[in-house]
Amino acid sequence: MALLELDRLDVGYGTTRVLDRIDLAIDRGEFVALLGSSGCGKTTLLRAIAGFATPSAGAIRVAGRDITRLPPDKRGVALVFQSYALWPHMTIDQNIGYGLKLKRRPREEIAGRVAELSAMLGLAGLGTRKPSQLSGGQRQRVALGRALAIDPQILLLDEPLSSLDARIRQSVRHEIRALQQRLGITAIHVTHDREEAMVMADRIVILDRGRIAQEGTPQEVYNHPASAFVAAFMGAENRLELKGRAVDGHFAIEAGPAHAACAIAVDGRVLAGGTVDARFRAEAACLIADGDGDGDPPAGLDLFGRVEHVTYPGGLWRHAVRVGDTAILVDAARAVAPESRVRVRVPAEALFLFEGRGGDVRDQRVPAPEL
Amino acid sequence: MTSEALPVSTGIFRVDLWWLPRALALGLLAFIVFGPLANLVVWSVAEKWYFPHALPLEYGFGYWARVFSPRGNALESLTVSIVVAVITVIVSLTLAIPAGYALARLKLPLRGVILLAFLIPQAFPNLPVYVNVARLFYQIGLNGTIAGVVLVHVTHGLVYAVWIATAAFAAVDRELEQAARSIGAGAWRAFQDVTLPLAAPGLMASAVFVFLESLDEFTGSYFVGAPDVNTLPLLLYTAGAGGNYQVASVTALLLLVPSVGFMLAVERFLKADVLARVGH
Repeated sequence: MALLELDRLDVGYGTTRVLDRIDLAIDRGEFVALLGSSGCGKTTLLRAIAGFATPSAGAIRVAGRDITRLPPDKRGVALVFQSYALWPHMTIDQNIGYGLKLKRRPREEIAGRVAELSAMLGLAGLGTRKPSQLSGGQRQRVALGRALAIDPQILLLDEPLSSLDARIRQSVRHEIRALQQRLGITAIHVTHDREEAMVMADRIVILDRGRIAQEGTPQEVYNHPASAFVAAFMGAENRLELKGRAVDGHFAIEAGPAHAACAIAVDGRVLAGGTVDARFRAEAACLIADGDGDGDPPAGLDLFGRVEHVTYPGGLWRHAVRVGDTAILVDAARAVAPESRVRVRVPAEALFLFEGRGGDVRDQRVPAPEL
Repeated sequence: MTSEALPVSTGIFRVDLWWLPRALALGLLAFIVFGPLANLVVWSVAEKWYFPHALPLEYGFGYWARVFSPRGNALESLTVSIVVAVITVIVSLTLAIPAGYALARLKLPLRGVILLAFLIPQAFPNLPVYVNVARLFYQIGLNGTIAGVVLVHVTHGLVYAVWIATAAFAAVDRELEQAARSIGAGAWRAFQDVTLPLAAPGLMASAVFVFLESLDEFTGSYFVGAPDVNTLPLLLYTAGAGGNYQVASVTALLLLVPSVGFMLAVERFLKADVLARVGH
């Protein structure tokens, strides 16, 4: 049985409904990332589990026990706040040991557990300092230690890395993940950072406007996005409208003014035919300059266009290519001069097709990739 | 070369010029603060001083002895004043802590109106209000009692106490409280361990204001307390009205002792960032 079960959970403030019929089950020892752009309800979901937002309908169960109406201190879950929320009038040791003090554990036991956690989190020797005397990374670890001290059934992390600077963030990701696996903690991590979710989580739950857009392993949501929103959120930001129809297990794309005809395996997708929304990642496509031989790029959709400009964000060259009346981004190992005529080959497995031509509204909600 | 040298010389020039108004302003401020105090000190040790002499003709501690003599009532009044002020602080904070917490944390309708309501005692002319209060207290037997005077001082001091307490609680980040709740503290425990200690500097500040207000209060004490509850300001008034400047000065200096003492005791709790939140 799942450790945490959310059963048709509705949460709203006043008349606005923030979460809409959320169903989710999380197993013991699992690390789940709640991923979404700001305002999608991910923090509200976390706060509802922690007991700081009251559901208007539905149930939350931990190990079969209904905790929907319990106060936050009776739930056995611990929340690590985005702001860390360390108590400025207490020392580091007092901050970490507070939860055990509440449980009326003997003083020696508290001291022992605090020392153990401090050593594990690299906070040894800082015990008598106040939070204001620590760096951002150290504070983050104190907040984590304070939550871990009470051995919570579920650890809730509300964007715990967002106030760290980019370089520290990379290493802390791995530290938290390693710690979670070593201690076998069940954790729910809220983030808006796709890469963070991919690196840390066993399972990613993508939220869009209060609903679960998709859940699955990082590989599943990355390689098989269930909707145009998820595809765009997972970085497939190039978008084309194509026409075609389903023909025995394949979707046959008709040739257009700027692309060749091709057939893509349907692979479980429901595509009725007519106009489809096609999405792919800049790094998934191959750029073939005119005059270069065919090479042997994997089979897929061929687009014909003209390079507009080239930038170098690092690693690969990024080309803005105009295909018909849309502009797409394509990465390549070698730079191709602007104004060159090029062919863009999108491999079949990297081309995501979705029903209809929607997605314009949702596109605006996708945050700019973090550099 | 010249372009580099020029700004330096104008910088020095500017500093030189700025000394004068600054020194003047500081001197004036010092005079405004310490001038009357110096006058009080001189008066309190003047045995004989009359026009047109700029300084007393004879110095001595005769009036100090008189004020502190068993018939002088000064020490008794000082005790009464301090007792009244301390009880006023306790009662005000007992009311202001829950009120301030509620006003800062709960989504109360008409929050602004409630905050303004505490200002009402200050909004009307003191005299007619206290005359009526005295009449009412007379009927219910509160006139001439410590309790009656404390009650008057509390209504007066509550505006500071509640406003500052509200600001102090609003300044405590709600997440700090929630962090305690999240790892197992009940609502009352989280308030005790997190919110209250963090709001303490602001509450201390409000205690200072209420204490000083109570110590200084005259009109209400006069109508409700006199002549049975004789606070220091009443003694001062009697001496001043009788034309005895020496006794009045000694009493006034005496009145400074608890104020300065209390200020020094809680000065370290008075922080600008707490006071800046008043009215938020």
